[in-house]
Amino acid sequence: MTTNALPQPVNRLITEFARLPGIGPKSAARLTFYLLRGGDEQALDLAQALQDLKERTQFCSVCFNITEEDPCQICADDGRNPNLLCVVEEPLDLLAIERSRAFNGRYHVLHGAISPVEGIGPEDLKITELIERVKNGHFTEIILATNPTLEGESTALYLTRRLKEFDVKLTGLARGLSVGGDLEYTDEITLGRALEGRREM
Amino acid sequence: MAKERTFRSEAIVLKRTDFGEADRLLTLYTREKGKIKAIAKGARKPQSRKTGHVELFMRSNMFFAQGRDLAIITQAEMVDGYAALRGDLVRTTYAAYAVELLDRFTVEEDRHVGIYNLLADALGWLAETDDLMLAARYYELRLLSQTGFQPQLFKCVACGEPVQEQDQFFSAELGGLLCPACWEMDREAVEVTAVAVKVLRYLQTRKWETVRILQLKRPLQHQLERIMHHYLTYILERSLKSVDFLRRLREEAALFAPEE
Ligand SMILES: [Zn+2]
Ligand SMILES: [Zn+2]
Repeated sequence: MTTNALPQPVNRLITEFARLPGIGPKSAARLTFYLLRGGDEQALDLAQALQDLKERTQFCSVCFNITEEDPCQICADDGRNPNLLCVVEEPLDLLAIERSRAFNGRYHVLHGAISPVEGIGPEDLKITELIERVKNGHFTEIILATNPTLEGESTALYLTRRLKEFDVKLTGLARGLSVGGDLEYTDEITLGRALEGRREM
Repeated sequence: MAKERTFRSEAIVLKRTDFGEADRLLTLYTREKGKIKAIAKGARKPQSRKTGHVELFMRSNMFFAQGRDLAIITQAEMVDGYAALRGDLVRTTYAAYAVELLDRFTVEEDRHVGIYNLLADALGWLAETDDLMLAARYYELRLLSQTGFQPQLFKCVACGEPVQEQDQFFSAELGGLLCPACWEMDREAVEVTAVAVKVLRYLQTRKWETVRILQLKRPLQHQLERIMHHYLTYILERSLKSVDFLRRLREEAALFAPEE
């Protein structure tokens, strides 16, 4: 979609957009021309938002969620149950569970899942940090809320083996979520039910 | 030649990546068209009707609509989910290896029913066998035969003399055994014991039902694995992700031993 007929800054933005997941060359060009035609303010706001995204966020040193302050709001909230831990793959999964309002404990974000296909092993995830946290914490139950995918289930299985030496109840989300789906896309009601109906691993 | 606008085929899911809002881009090996890429719309939504039928390693009956660039899956119904490949990380890794290998040996839109049937069978073997290494070696040899890389195991690839029952060398470059007199033809050739030669020939010529009852000792299994990976890495010009993963997994083997 980039061509010599267009000024270099236009080509450059098209190329950058096209690198984003789910955006093809045509959508990239459409977004670029939309911004070009719009007011200066809109484009500058977007530029500022992108800069803040990287400069003003970090990983929470406790749960590895994305946060502005460390520790994050959830980890700092005394009103939440400190004995209940929910392990998720991505920050977006945490968000989906928060939206369901069915959980009032703490989280741990792994930042991915074990994948033989992609060559992602346990050491590429925040698993050592999880083990340390469980060792030093007072958790009575850990919910392994990984995706119902091949990778998510491999991860849950691995964590079950690693965590069984600790005196803590391990549970997983209730079945009924289709194999291959993403928690991120599960509606609040279904996800709430899956949490309430959780089963022992 | 005009493409028909819709088609159906049995297909096995080799790869999947997230695509667009909640879609997945799948790499499939189909019975009717060989390897193709296709979009499964809404497949990341657990509520979608397709979702449970288009997960990795599943064999499903699929209906497609041919889009301008990519086929779109309009319906999918699972034929075999190979459930045993999912609850066990070692089996999962072997299945990942089987599909990665097939993906690397095939190009898109090149119909080959023999390869399709082999993959469907191999996933079944990996789901039920107690000897994953043996099943993997058998699959490798079958795949090499199907794709035109069958190694020569009966006569020396340099002098053409029939191979005697003694230790030999395996040349990846020349695609088969080198007799002790010719081994210098390929300095990279690896040693193969007489018994390993025997097993490789047995695997190359027999049905799985016959092969599956073999009981091979660990050192021999490892030797066979070394030879096959040496040859495959040479053909593919680089190593496979799932092989590296398996190596890492073995270091943690104790964790993955089946529950007693
Ligand atoms: Zn936190
Ligand atoms: Zn010779």
